[in-house]
Amino acid sequence: MMAYLALFWSFFQIGLFSIGGGYAAMPLIQEQVVEINGWLSLGEFADVVTLSQMTPGPIAINAATFVGIRVGGIGGAVVATLGCVAPSCIIVLILAKLYYKYRSLSLIKGVLAGLRPAVVALIAAAGMSILTLSFWGTGGEIRLASTDWVAVLLFAAGFFVLRKWKPNPIFVMLGAGALGGVLYLVLDLPV
Amino acid sequence: MKHNPAFYWKLFSSTFALSAFTFGGGYVIIPLMRKKFVEQYRWIGEEEMLDLIAIAQSSPGAIAVNASILIGYRLAGIPGALVTILGTVLPPLLILSVLSYFYAAFRANRVVAAVLKGMQAGVAAVIFDVVVGMAIQVGKEKKLLPVLMMLGAFAAAYLLGWNVILILLICGLLGAGRALYGERQGGEKG
Repeated sequence: MMAYLALFWSFFQIGLFSIGGGYAAMPLIQEQVVEINGWLSLGEFADVVTLSQMTPGPIAINAATFVGIRVGGIGGAVVATLGCVAPSCIIVLILAKLYYKYRSLSLIKGVLAGLRPAVVALIAAAGMSILTLSFWGTGGEIRLASTDWVAVLLFAAGFFVLRKWKPNPIFVMLGAGALGGVLYLVLDLPV
Repeated sequence: MKHNPAFYWKLFSSTFALSAFTFGGGYVIIPLMRKKFVEQYRWIGEEEMLDLIAIAQSSPGAIAVNASILIGYRLAGIPGALVTILGTVLPPLLILSVLSYFYAAFRANRVVAAVLKGMQAGVAAVIFDVVVGMAIQVGKEKKLLPVLMMLGAFAAAYLLGWNVILILLICGLLGAGRALYGERQGGEKG
C-alpha cells in the first residue's frame, strides 16, 4: 500500500511540474525515480528514455508503466500512470473553463515564457547525465583513458546528422543502434 | 451528434489508434489529431481546435494527454474525457508493460546490450539536438534575463544538484513577475 502511495505521489509531481511537453518530464523523472526513490539505476533510466524514443506514447507514461511494474506489478503501473495524468485532468479542465470565460491566457503565457529557459536548462542537465553515462559508464569517473570512443563517435555523428538534415529522430536512434551494435561486437568492447 | 455507444467507441478507437501509431511525442500527434477530429470527422471547428491546442500546451503534463482530455471533454463532457484519456494512455501502458517483462532477459543478451549502448549515444544526440534548438529560440529573444536564467538553472541542476521542482518554481515566479511588470510598462514587450 505504501509503495502504491509513493508511486502515485512521485508520478503526480512529475505530471504536475512537467511543463512544455516533450522532454520536459525527463529531468523530473530522473530526480524522482533515480535520485529520490532509487527505483531505477541511472543506466536503467537511460534505457527507459531510449525505449520511449522507439515506442509510441509520452515519455512520462512510458516511465510510469516501466517503474510501476518494477515496484508493484501491473497494479503499480496503473497507479503510477493515474498519478501522472491526474494533474493534467484537473488543470486542463480548469484552464479550459477560464479560457472559455475570458478568452485570454496572457498571464499563463507569461509564466510559460519565464519557464522556457529553465526547461531548456533542465533538459540539458538530464541530457548531460545520459551523455556521461554513455561516454564513461556507470562509474561516474570522467577520465580520458576510460572514454568509450565508439559512443563519442555515435553521438557526434548523430548530432551532426540531426542538425544538418533534421531527419525523424527515430532513424538516428536506429542508425546509432545498428552501427553501435556492430562496432561493439566486432571490436569486442565491453557493453 | 448522438452520444450512443457507437459514438463512444469511435472516440475511443480513434484516440487509441492515434496514440498507438504515433512515434515522436506531442508535437507529432497534435497535427494528426487535428486532421482526424477537424478535417475527417468535422466534430470540432478549425479555430476552436487551435485554442484547445494552446491550452494543451499551456498545461502541465504530456501534450498528447492534455489535448485528448480537452477533445473528449469538448465532445461529451467528463465521460468523453475519460474515454479519450483511456484511449491515449492504454497503448503506451500495454507496450511498456510487455517490454518491461522482457527487459531483464533482453538486457542480459550481449547483442541487445550492444545495440542499446549504441542507441544510448543516439538518444543523447537527439536530446542535445532538441536542447540546442530550444536554446537558440531563447537566445533569439535577445534579452539578457532569459539567457541568465537558462545558465543559472543549468548550473543549479547539474553542478549544484538542486531540486528540479524548486528551480521551476523560482523561474516560474520570475516569469510571472516579468509578465506583470511588462504589462505595467504600458503593454511594452517585457
